[in-house]
Amino acid sequence: MRGRGILGGGGLVNQFLQLLLAGVAQGCVYALVALGFVLIYKATETVNFAQGDLMMLGAFFALTGSTTLGLPYWLTIVFALAVMAVFGMLAERLVLRPVLGYPAFTVVMVTIGMGYILRGVVTMIPGWGTDTYTFATPFADAVIRLGAVVLAVQQLAVIGMTAALCLALYLFFRYAKLGVAMQATSQNQLAAYYMGIPVRRVNMLIWGLSAAVATFAGILLAPVTFVHSNMGFIGLKAFPAAVVGGFGSVPGSIVGGLIIGVVESLAGYYLPEGFKDVAAYVVVLIVLMVRPSGIFGETARKKV
Amino acid sequence: MSFFRVEDLGISFGGVRAVDAVSFEVNQGEVYTIIGPNGAGKTTIFNLIGLLYPASSGTICFEGRTLNGLAPHRVAQLGIARTFQNIELFEHATVLQNLLIGRHRHRSTSLWQEMAFLPAVRRAELAQREAVEKVIDFLELAHYRDGLVAGLPYGVRKVIELGRALATEPRLLLLDEPSSGLNPEETNEMAFWIEDIQKELGITVLMVEHDMNLVSRVSDRVLALNEGRSIAQGTPAEVQSHPAVIEAYLGGSD
Amino acid sequence: MRFIFKTDYRQDIRLFRHAGYVFWYGLLGVVLVAAPFVLSEYVISQLHFVCIYSIVGFGLMLLVGFTGQISLGHAAFLAVGAYTEALLQGAGMPLWVSLPSAALLSAAAGIIIGIPALRLKGIYLAIATLAFNVIVEEIITRWEGLTGGNGGKHVKPAELFGFTFDSDVSFYFLCLSLTVLSCLMLINLLRSPTGRAFVAIRDSEISASCMGVNLAKYKTMSFALSAALTGVGGALYAHKITFISPEQFTLLASIELVTIVIIGGIGSLHGAVFGAAFIIVLPQVISVAKDYLPSGAAGISGLQAIVFGVLLVAFIIFEPMGIYGRWLKVRTWFELFPFYRQGMFRRQKSYMKSERLR
Repeated sequence: MRGRGILGGGGLVNQFLQLLLAGVAQGCVYALVALGFVLIYKATETVNFAQGDLMMLGAFFALTGSTTLGLPYWLTIVFALAVMAVFGMLAERLVLRPVLGYPAFTVVMVTIGMGYILRGVVTMIPGWGTDTYTFATPFADAVIRLGAVVLAVQQLAVIGMTAALCLALYLFFRYAKLGVAMQATSQNQLAAYYMGIPVRRVNMLIWGLSAAVATFAGILLAPVTFVHSNMGFIGLKAFPAAVVGGFGSVPGSIVGGLIIGVVESLAGYYLPEGFKDVAAYVVVLIVLMVRPSGIFGETARKKV
Repeated sequence: MSFFRVEDLGISFGGVRAVDAVSFEVNQGEVYTIIGPNGAGKTTIFNLIGLLYPASSGTICFEGRTLNGLAPHRVAQLGIARTFQNIELFEHATVLQNLLIGRHRHRSTSLWQEMAFLPAVRRAELAQREAVEKVIDFLELAHYRDGLVAGLPYGVRKVIELGRALATEPRLLLLDEPSSGLNPEETNEMAFWIEDIQKELGITVLMVEHDMNLVSRVSDRVLALNEGRSIAQGTPAEVQSHPAVIEAYLGGSD
Repeated sequence: MRFIFKTDYRQDIRLFRHAGYVFWYGLLGVVLVAAPFVLSEYVISQLHFVCIYSIVGFGLMLLVGFTGQISLGHAAFLAVGAYTEALLQGAGMPLWVSLPSAALLSAAAGIIIGIPALRLKGIYLAIATLAFNVIVEEIITRWEGLTGGNGGKHVKPAELFGFTFDSDVSFYFLCLSLTVLSCLMLINLLRSPTGRAFVAIRDSEISASCMGVNLAKYKTMSFALSAALTGVGGALYAHKITFISPEQFTLLASIELVTIVIIGGIGSLHGAVFGAAFIIVLPQVISVAKDYLPSGAAGISGLQAIVFGVLLVAFIIFEPMGIYGRWLKVRTWFELFPFYRQGMFRRQKSYMKSERLR
């Protein structure tokens, strides 16, 4: 991969395309975690700092599903999504609802506390602990060759599955009764309440949905980074993604995730060592300087 | 040179002309009121004067000085204070502290002096306090002085906000719907205070108001707006009987 | 409950409200001065940390608790202070040069991050400060010539006018005096116009600006002061630890610093001290408690994370005003005994006071 000088001119383009693909695949994971942030933020104006840890927990459940229970890949996904959706709803009911209406920063601290708990608990569960696990997928190390370009099936699968999930979510929010109710709630809680939408229950379901989306991201990420108790820190890269897109915009979170993923991938190759790790944060600072509320964010103006 | 003058003021929000070529002049010492149905652009004019929004056209002049392009906090420093329609007090501070913040533009001490709380700061603080106590006496707020704003009834908070604006010792006071949310008794009291502010303190008042009783009682001159345009100007009685105003209020559209 | 009949405006701006304050704070002063001669070395060493974290807590409290700005990047200022101190000390500078330099450089860093803060609010500001933290950490790691990179850097004891603070007791007094100094400085600020401007910005920016408060100036000032205090804390931290490396100044460190003010009680200087003490005492308590737990719960790091998380969540749910709030309640209970009633401190939740325009 790193044979930069050896490759000819065609090799450079090839290299670029592969980096782009890797970046997009990684960006998909960021995008999905960011999407989880945005869903919760839109509904409850809470920024969930535990989103990455929800993803980590989801990956562990998937691991249990595929190894301990011996489920096939697709069933593993369903299993992990279901468990985590329930978990997300429980978290909302038990931890977040009591602090509903507190200042935003206080609620952020609650979610940070929740993240600590999740990371701690995972290390104490037998069979999970502090070890690193590989996660088997049907795609393994297969590649597709298009002329000189070599594409990893793994990465294509990540992109394809992300696209499928996005489509499903789009249809859900557009046509399903519950999806429409969720949209209404996120736009105006009070009005939704007056219209007879059970706002609290909807919030709970949104937490469930968001945890499930995070789990999906975790499953996509698991073959790349392996499953371990600190994999949730990737959530800290998804934040810049959500902010770049404009916190509170669903398409924005996807675009933001892809931008961060691609920039990071390219920076890791073309820039000196060290830039890869900070690329996401440099991008977010630049975007915030130019557009204080992100690319798709609306500039809210307080009414007086 | 006029005391306060707005000329050809305009702003659009998303293609809608919220305020369209509005001009008026306020003379020193008078109470000038802007009336109009909901959405006529009254509060927007206040926000334009306070430079909270940048005006897309027109000029605002105060005592011969053009305000356009200044930073919002400069407006207060020049001697214009305002209240808000829905009360914007510092909720987690006491009434006294709220009024003291009103004294901010009279701050005379530097950061370094304040860190050491030098005698100069002490003297300045006592002077500020005396000035605030005058306002407290004037608006009869002594009873609430040490209470937190957050727990006080709406009517009282409205008066505190008026007090905070007065504590800045303004030469022009902008009141955004002083009677909104008040019961008739409180509105009556508010009218007395506006009269006192004009006559005793000699402060010029520019007001946005709905309550026509209050308007005709305290105002010297009235400007009526509809859909961002001025439709009539004159004494309260003249404006109230103006056909365009009646039409705007009775909703005879077209 | 004590009722004070005020006869003079001066009473409201005094440092000590009444004789009781003088007595109790005097007593506290005596105890603090006597402490190093009575307590064991271990406890004194922990008191160093409490002092250092209190100073950082003051800085963060000024920004978060009194100006209402969010920062998830304070470990960066801690790092700037620590490395400035380490480098200048290494170059043979005395403390009276290095410590103010640490404060000034951190303040400069605070101004740099304060500038985007002028346009950013809430979560956007949190992310900007978070990004700043990560970038500073990376710079420290990569600038090996200056900072020693991941290899870290050793720090010598502080030196002032030929005196070396190399004993526990002398370093204790250095920390204590700086803590008291920064506390007094903040109290002074908070009872003068600058402090009021900060509080005004916290409660309503729009209204503060309409009262003539220059938002840009005061927000930047708040960031600079907060960073300067954190930098001083960082300088002391460097001397205390005697070895600094980038992994001490990560995002997690920033989050820990924020928990000081949240658990201590947001919006009060007492809270910063309580929070600092809490964060120092907690790991000790856990390691003691571990001895009584079944050996199955071996993963001490995991346990610590859980306890930390549970306490953070529990505090916010059950005691949003933090340790200081609890202390107020206990004190009031004793003062009013037997007339204390539940709900005396109940505060109204503001449901969805949204500033979004839709």
